[in-house]
Amino acid sequence: MTVRIVVLAKQVPDPETPPSQFKIDESTNSVIPPNGVPLVVNGFDLNAVEAALLLRDGGADVEITVLSVGNEFVMDAMKKPLAMGADRLVLVDDEGLDKIDSSATVKVLAAAIEKDGPFDLILGGRQASDWDQAHVTLGLAEVLGLPLVSLVQKLELNGDSVSLQRVIPDGYQAITAPVPAVLTITNELGEPRYPNLRGIMQASRKKPEIFSLADLGLSAGDLAPKLELKKLYVPESNKQVELIEGEDEADSGKKLALRLREEKLI
Amino acid sequence: MTTILLVAERDQQGEISQASLQSVAAASGLSDAQITVAVTGEASGSASSLPVEKVVSISEISSGDSGIYEQATADVAALVASTNPDVVLFNKSDFGSVVGARLAFRTDSAFAADCTEISNASGSVSVTRPVYGGSALAEFEIASSPAIVTLRAGAYEPTSKTGSPSVETAAAGSADIRASVTDTVAEARDGVRLEDANFVVSGGRGLGGPEPFSVLTDLANALGGAVGASRAACDAGWIDHSHQVGLTGKSVSPDVYVAVGISGASQHMAGCSSSRAIVAINKDGDSNIFKEARFGVVGDWEKVLPSFLATVRELKA
Repeated sequence: MTVRIVVLAKQVPDPETPPSQFKIDESTNSVIPPNGVPLVVNGFDLNAVEAALLLRDGGADVEITVLSVGNEFVMDAMKKPLAMGADRLVLVDDEGLDKIDSSATVKVLAAAIEKDGPFDLILGGRQASDWDQAHVTLGLAEVLGLPLVSLVQKLELNGDSVSLQRVIPDGYQAITAPVPAVLTITNELGEPRYPNLRGIMQASRKKPEIFSLADLGLSAGDLAPKLELKKLYVPESNKQVELIEGEDEADSGKKLALRLREEKLI
Repeated sequence: MTTILLVAERDQQGEISQASLQSVAAASGLSDAQITVAVTGEASGSASSLPVEKVVSISEISSGDSGIYEQATADVAALVASTNPDVVLFNKSDFGSVVGARLAFRTDSAFAADCTEISNASGSVSVTRPVYGGSALAEFEIASSPAIVTLRAGAYEPTSKTGSPSVETAAAGSADIRASVTDTVAEARDGVRLEDANFVVSGGRGLGGPEPFSVLTDLANALGGAVGASRAACDAGWIDHSHQVGLTGKSVSPDVYVAVGISGASQHMAGCSSSRAIVAINKDGDSNIFKEARFGVVGDWEKVLPSFLATVRELKA
């Protein structure tokens, strides 16, 4: 029987943006998109896509659906999981989703999963690289009433249960969970694969399936934020570096050690 | 009156953790605060002398439920239902992140994770949290109650006060434990734990490969410290992910943090910014790490580090 997996994915500004290019419009409390910085799928979500693909590589009969919630999707970015090997792309695309908070995101994801499901596994990345929130996937497990295991680095399907390795500071825990289950996948799983040419060609022919809020029976009123953003700003750094300069680089190294000793730091 | 339920954690010795003592300080700073601390297991040791009104003992975390925390979530949810606190405070730890998020969505409450500041000076609760990997700070107001908040370690000084709280045992919440831990596998590690080290030397993309980490290890050994790495170096496979420092790795707070060939992306700095002194060694004088460091050498690590190590050894001799 086909195992249906849904992977949650979020579109974010490329986190490799140099800090010097990072700017905020304080009048609207939003980030000014830096010139030339592309939108990408959150890198941690690609770890979750990779986890699903590894199950397929291992011989499981899986169908991989990528689900995202937002507005103004950049299709080149959002199709990357398809190019890696995912089967379907489902987008909840609605103007009303422009500035929602994580509690509303969870509501929309839950409604989309109910409409498009049932799914055997719901996978998310460990966190998003924009707002660094790590709780959408965790919250979704609560709202759907499913078992949750976070920080999974390895998974194996055994019929109606999954065997998991969950990362802890000095090793891992072996965990068994019944299916359906919600899992967050961590980057210890390994690098997401690069799409090959055939994958890119196939992805270019696939069309996303698009839901509006109305399709899910939701309205803007259901999505009122619980947190009100009052101010978004770039913190001022008041640190002044003391550069150690010797006659040459080796001498700088020596002087650095002596300076740290002088400060009783070593 | 502001009622606060603070869910505390224990360190390896079973005492209330430094991070939880920081949370106690944060809670005490709220105006008209009345604090109840929930602690897993028996409220003995430092738990019974916290400077708060009440300490409530909840179920011990069983080995099968460790890391999943179904029981702790149920226990805290039951406490929240019976006591209606205005604020529920956790540490931004594995435990706090999982239990806090589950509690918030179970009770349909507001959740603010990884905050560096909490106040209620203006009447309602407001929090500040770093976003975009620390490139920006966001300030939020939380109108609904309870506000469920996790606090980043190092954001507050731990409380040094003591008190004599009343001690109670809470009734356990009803938990549906479905996933369970069957085994815990410790990976071999030599030397001092990264999180506990007073000296950390970390390498990044600028090292160019796995071999240079042996020089870093020599330096760490000379100072009784530990070796860290940036995510780039770990993802490249130069060193194991257990060495990763940063937002998605470990948080360290040594006396000295030496960053070698690390550009200082805010995601990395999030894991080391509470170090007493950051020392940067990087070829590129324009890289961000020099904006964060207290001491810096602009130069090639291959030339700087050996003489640094030799001098350290002489000083230690």
